[in-house]
Amino acid sequence: MGKTKEKGPGIRHLKPCIRGYVLPSVMTPVLIVFEVALEVVIPLLMAALVDGGLYHKETYQLQEYISKLPYSNNLQFVLWVGGLMVLASLLSLLCGALAARTSAVASMGFAKNLRQKIFDKILQFSFKNTDKFRTSTLVMRATTDVNNMQNTYQQMIRIMVRAPIMMVLAAIMAFRIDTRLSFIFVFAIPLILAPMLLLVLIGHKRFRMMLKKYDTMNGAVQENLIGARVVKSFVRKPYEVEKFNRSADDLMRTQIYAQKLFSLAGPIQMSIMWGATIVLLLLGGQRIASPTATLGIGELTSLMSYSTQVISSLTMVSMIIIMLSLTRASLDRINEIFEEKIDIDSPESDLVVETGEIEFDHVNFSYSGNPDVLNLKDVNLHIKAGQTVGIIGGTGEGKSTLVQMIPRLYDVLSGTVRVSGHDVREYGLKALRDGVSMVLQKNMLFSGSIRENMRWGDPDATDEQIREACRIACADGFVTAFPDGYETDLGQGGCNVSGGQKQRLCIARALLKKPKILILDDSTSAVDTATERSIREGLSALTDMTKIIIAQRITSIMGADQIIVMEHGAISDVGTHDELLARSTIYREVYESQVREEANA
Amino acid sequence: MPPGGSLNSKMGGKRAEKPLQTLLRLFRYYKNSVGLLIFALLSIIAYSAATTATYYMMDPLVAVLEDGVSADMAKYIALLIAMAALYLIAVVTNYLLNRLMLSISARVLCAVRKEMFEKMQSLPISFFDGHTHGELMSYFTNDTDAIRELLQNSFTQMLISVTSLIAYIGMMIYLSIPLFLIIICMGICIFYVMRVVGGRSRRNFVRQQRVVAGVNGYIEEMMEGQKVVKVFNHEEAARAAFNVQNEELCHVATNANTYANIVGPLMNNLSHIFYAITCTVGVLLAAPVPGQPFLLEGTWFAQHQEFLVVDHSDLTISIVQGSICHLQKFPGKHCCICCSDEGTVTLVRVEEQNGMLIETDRRTGHWAWKRDGELIPMRGDVRFTDVDFSYDGKKQVLEDVTLYAHPGEKIAFVGSTGAGKTTITNLINRFYDIADGTITYDGIPIREIKKSALRSSLGMVLQDTHLFSGTVMENIRYGRLDATDEECIEAAKIANADFFISHLPDGYQTELVADGANLSQGQRQLLAIARAAVSDPPVLILDEATSSIDTRTEKHIEKGMDALMKGRTVFVIAHRLSTVRNSDCIMVLEHGRIIERGSHEDLLRQRGKYYELCTGTSELS
Repeated sequence: MGKTKEKGPGIRHLKPCIRGYVLPSVMTPVLIVFEVALEVVIPLLMAALVDGGLYHKETYQLQEYISKLPYSNNLQFVLWVGGLMVLASLLSLLCGALAARTSAVASMGFAKNLRQKIFDKILQFSFKNTDKFRTSTLVMRATTDVNNMQNTYQQMIRIMVRAPIMMVLAAIMAFRIDTRLSFIFVFAIPLILAPMLLLVLIGHKRFRMMLKKYDTMNGAVQENLIGARVVKSFVRKPYEVEKFNRSADDLMRTQIYAQKLFSLAGPIQMSIMWGATIVLLLLGGQRIASPTATLGIGELTSLMSYSTQVISSLTMVSMIIIMLSLTRASLDRINEIFEEKIDIDSPESDLVVETGEIEFDHVNFSYSGNPDVLNLKDVNLHIKAGQTVGIIGGTGEGKSTLVQMIPRLYDVLSGTVRVSGHDVREYGLKALRDGVSMVLQKNMLFSGSIRENMRWGDPDATDEQIREACRIACADGFVTAFPDGYETDLGQGGCNVSGGQKQRLCIARALLKKPKILILDDSTSAVDTATERSIREGLSALTDMTKIIIAQRITSIMGADQIIVMEHGAISDVGTHDELLARSTIYREVYESQVREEANA
Repeated sequence: MPPGGSLNSKMGGKRAEKPLQTLLRLFRYYKNSVGLLIFALLSIIAYSAATTATYYMMDPLVAVLEDGVSADMAKYIALLIAMAALYLIAVVTNYLLNRLMLSISARVLCAVRKEMFEKMQSLPISFFDGHTHGELMSYFTNDTDAIRELLQNSFTQMLISVTSLIAYIGMMIYLSIPLFLIIICMGICIFYVMRVVGGRSRRNFVRQQRVVAGVNGYIEEMMEGQKVVKVFNHEEAARAAFNVQNEELCHVATNANTYANIVGPLMNNLSHIFYAITCTVGVLLAAPVPGQPFLLEGTWFAQHQEFLVVDHSDLTISIVQGSICHLQKFPGKHCCICCSDEGTVTLVRVEEQNGMLIETDRRTGHWAWKRDGELIPMRGDVRFTDVDFSYDGKKQVLEDVTLYAHPGEKIAFVGSTGAGKTTITNLINRFYDIADGTITYDGIPIREIKKSALRSSLGMVLQDTHLFSGTVMENIRYGRLDATDEECIEAAKIANADFFISHLPDGYQTELVADGANLSQGQRQLLAIARAAVSDPPVLILDEATSSIDTRTEKHIEKGMDALMKGRTVFVIAHRLSTVRNSDCIMVLEHGRIIERGSHEDLLRQRGKYYELCTGTSELS
C-alpha cells in the first residue's frame, strides 16, 4: 500500500483525523488477530475429527492435546472434538462481533474528523480559492471522496491485518502438516501480487479520468438545479436533457474503460487458487498412495482448507490494493483541498477597528492577478469616520470591487487600504470583519428562522435588539405580520420572502453587528423608494458609523457627504451633489435620466 | 406521495419498504441490455455448474485414495485432468461474467441517470423551491454511487450465490438425505440471522441516507453563501452547526456499519458450528455404512460457503441494504407530481395563404395555437379574471386579481415588495397553477395549453439571473437554439451588452464559469436581456430586469428595449418608475390586490398611491 501513496502529500493530512479514535483503531486489529487465530485452529480440529473419528486413523492432528481428553469411545471422541470446535467458533464469533463494532467506530470517527477538517479548510478559502474549484466539486469531495476514504480505512484496519496474519498462520499450519507440499505457496504469492500491482498502476490514471467526468456531469446537474427557472421559461428541457445525456454517455464509456481492467482480477486469482488445488491434490494423492503413506485424507483436506485460507487472504490483499488505487484518486482530490494555499491569511493581531475612517492609497487590483488587466486603477480616497459616502457608476465599472477591498474579501495588487489608520492586512480577519459590515449585492439568507438569521449579526442579540435593527431596516413591519413572526422559517436561500424583504432583512442583519463601517452594495434595489427613504433616515441617526452606499438611484445618495463617481475601475470624480452636478458629465447624465421623471410627476 | 410532499419526512417516517418492488423497478432498466444479460446469465450458470461439479469430483477422488497403496493412480490423474478442465471453464466464464456485468451495469446506471435528470427537468418549480440543492444533488452523487456498487458487485455476487446454492442443494439431495436436512437447517438459521441483523442494518442505513442528504445540503448552502459567511465572520458558527450534523452522521453510520460488519464473522462461524454438527451426525450415520466420503462434500460446502461469505459479505450486505433504501427514493416516486401537465393546445408555425392560416414548417415568424385542429392566431392577449392564489394554501398572495393585457400593450406592476408582483408572472408561465379564477391567453385558458408551448411564447427576464457554464455566445443563444452568431450579436447590441462583451478577454467566446460568477450583476442582467431578445417571443415578462443596471446604462439601452418591446405584449415589474412610466397601463398592487390602475397620467391625476409614490410624499407599507 505504501507504494501507491508515495507521491504528493500522501496521507500526511489524514493522520490527525485518527485522533480520538486511536483505541478502536488499535483494538480492531488485536481482536481480529484472536479471531484469525481461532479460525486457523478450527481446520486442525476438523482434520482430527475426520481422521480420528471417521477413519479411525492412529495418528491425527493435535493428537498430543486431544488424546488427553477423557473419552472412552469413538462417539465421545467425536462429541469432545466437535464441542471444542463449537466453542472455538463461538469465541471467534465474539471477537469478530467486537471487531465489527470497533472498526465501525474507528472508521466512521475517522471520516467524521476528515469531513470536519475539509469543511474547516473550505471555510477558510478566500474567493480566489473557491473560484478555482467549483461548488459542486467541493461538495463531492467532502462527501463521495470522504466516503471512499472511510471505506478504505475500515477495510484497512480489518483486512490489512486480518489477511496477512491469516496468511502467515495458515501457512505455518500448512507447513506443520506437510512441509514439502506447502512450498506451493511460495510460488503462488508472487503470481497473484504481480498482476494485481500491474492492474493498479494502469488503472489509477483511468480512474482519475472517470472522476473528472463525474465532476463535469454533477456540475451540469447543479447548474440545472440553480437555474431551474431559466431552463423552464425557455423550455430548454430537450436541450438540457440532450446535453446531459451526452455527458452521461461520456461518463459511461470512461467508466467501462477504467473498470474493464479489473474484470481480469477475479479470473487471475481463481486460476492461481485452483491451480494450487490441483497441484496439491496431485502431489498429495501420490503421497497418500505411496507405500510410505505419510499423509492422511483428513490432513489433505485440511491442507486444502489452509490453501484456501492463504490464497483468499492474498485475494483480499489484492482487493485492497485495487481499492487503494480507487481511493488514491479520492485522496488526491482531498489533498488538493488541503494543499490549496489560502491566499488571504489572518495575521496574529490584537488590533480592533476603532473608528470608521477609510483610506485608499494608490490601490490597484486585478481579479486575474494580471497587472495589465486592472479592475481597479490607482484609486485614492479618504473617508472620515461617520461620513456617508455614495458611490455611483455604470454596470461593471468597479463599484463592488472597490468596497470588497475594505473587509479584505480580496487583497490589493498594489497600494494600501487603511481602516482606522491601519493597513487592513494588519488586522486579524475576524477583528476587521467585525468592524466592517457589508450587505452584498447578491443577498443570501440561510435555512432557519428569521431570528436565527438575524443572530448571524450578533449571536447574543436580544429579541429587542433584533426588533430594533429590523425597525431601522423597515423589516419589523412585515416580519410581525407573518403568522410566526420572527420564528418564520426562511427556507433555503431565504426563498420564502420576496426580493425586497430579503434585502431589508439583510440590512438588519448587518446592523446587528454594530459595525464601525456599513457598506450597502446596491442593497435596496428591490425595495420601493418610500421604504428606502425611511431606511436611509433610520441609518442617518447612527452618526458614528461610516456608511458607504452603492446605488443606482441618485436619490439614494444625493444627501451623502461625498459622492464617488466610478468609471472603468477608476475614480472619475469625488464631491458633493452640487459640486458634481456642476462639473461631472457622467453624474449630470445620471441625474437627468432619473430626475426627469420626477419633473414629469 | 402527495404533490410537493416532503421527501424527508417520507424517508424518515417509515422504514425501507418493499425492497422487492424497488428491485423490480430497477430491472426495467435492463431492457436495453437483454442480449448481454442473457449471455451473462448463461455465464453465471456455466460458472456455477463448473465450480459445483469440481466439488462433486472430490467424491471419486477420495474414493480412489481410500485404497491406499493399491490406489489406481492413472484413474486419479484422469480425474484431476477433468477437474482442471472444469476449473478452466470456471475461470473463463468468470471473466466473461465480470466483463458483461460491467457493460450492463454501466449502461443501466447511465439509463438511471438519464431518467433521473429527465424527471428532474419535469418537476414543477414548487419542488425546487421546497428542496435544498444538496438534497437533490445527492440523488446524483451518493445514491447513484450506491446503485453502481449494487449493480456491479453485489448483484453478480448474489446471482452466483443463488445459482450455486441451487446446485449444492441438488447435489446434497443426491448424495445424502440426512446431510441435506442439516443443510436446510443451516439455511433456515442463516436466513433468520440475516433477517434480524440485516433489518437493523437497513434501518440504520435509511437514517444514514437522510443525514447524509442533510450534511450535503449544509455544505452546499454554506458554499453558495460563502461571501455572506465571510462578511459576518460566521465561520465558527458554521463549523459548530456542521459539527452537530457531522456527529449525528457519525453516530448513525457507526451503527449501520456495525451490523453490516457483524454479518461476516457470524456466517463464518455458523458454518464452522454446522460443520461440527455435520461431522458428529456423520459419525453416527456413516460409521456403520460405507460411503463416508459424503462428508467431504459437507466439508467443502462449509468451506465454500465461507469463501463466498467472508470475502464479500461485509461489503455486499451493507451495499445492498443501502442501495435498496436509496432506490426507493428514485424516479418512480415523483411520477404523480410531474405529470400534471394536462394541456393539449400546442404552438405551430403558420403562414397566410389566401386569407387562410396554414400550418407550415418554414420559419415565417408567425405562430398560432392549435386546438383540436383549429388554428388560433397568436396575438399576445392575456386576461386574468378573479384570480386567487396562495403558495402554501394558507396565506393568500393574490386576491381577486382581474386584468386585461391587449396585444402589444405594455402593462406595468408597481407595489411594495411582497405585494405579489412576481407571483403574477409565476402564474402566467404556469410555474404555479392558480387556485381559483381563470387566466386566458388569446382566449384559451392557459391550463389547456401545453406548458412547453406556453413558455415558448413568453420571453422572460427574471429577478435572479442565471447563466450557464459555456461561452457568452452559447448563453445568448440559449434563447433560441437555431439563432445565428449575427442574430446573437444583434440581440447583444439591443441589450447594450455588446460593449462589455467585446472587452472581455475572448469576446463572445469567453467562457463563463459557474453561473457567470466572473461577470458583475449588471452585466449578467444585460446578458439575460440579450437572451430574451434573441428568443423573439410575442409576450415579454421583465421582472426587475434592469434593477442592477445603472440608470445611465439603462438610458442607453432604452432605445433597444423600446425596439424589443414594440409590437409585443409586455409585463414589466420595476421599482424604478422611469422604467414603467411609458406603460399603457400601470397596476398598483398592495397585499395581493390591485388598488389602482391606469396610465401614468391617469394615475397622477387620481392623486392616489401612485402619485404619492412618485412624489415620495407617502410610503408604500
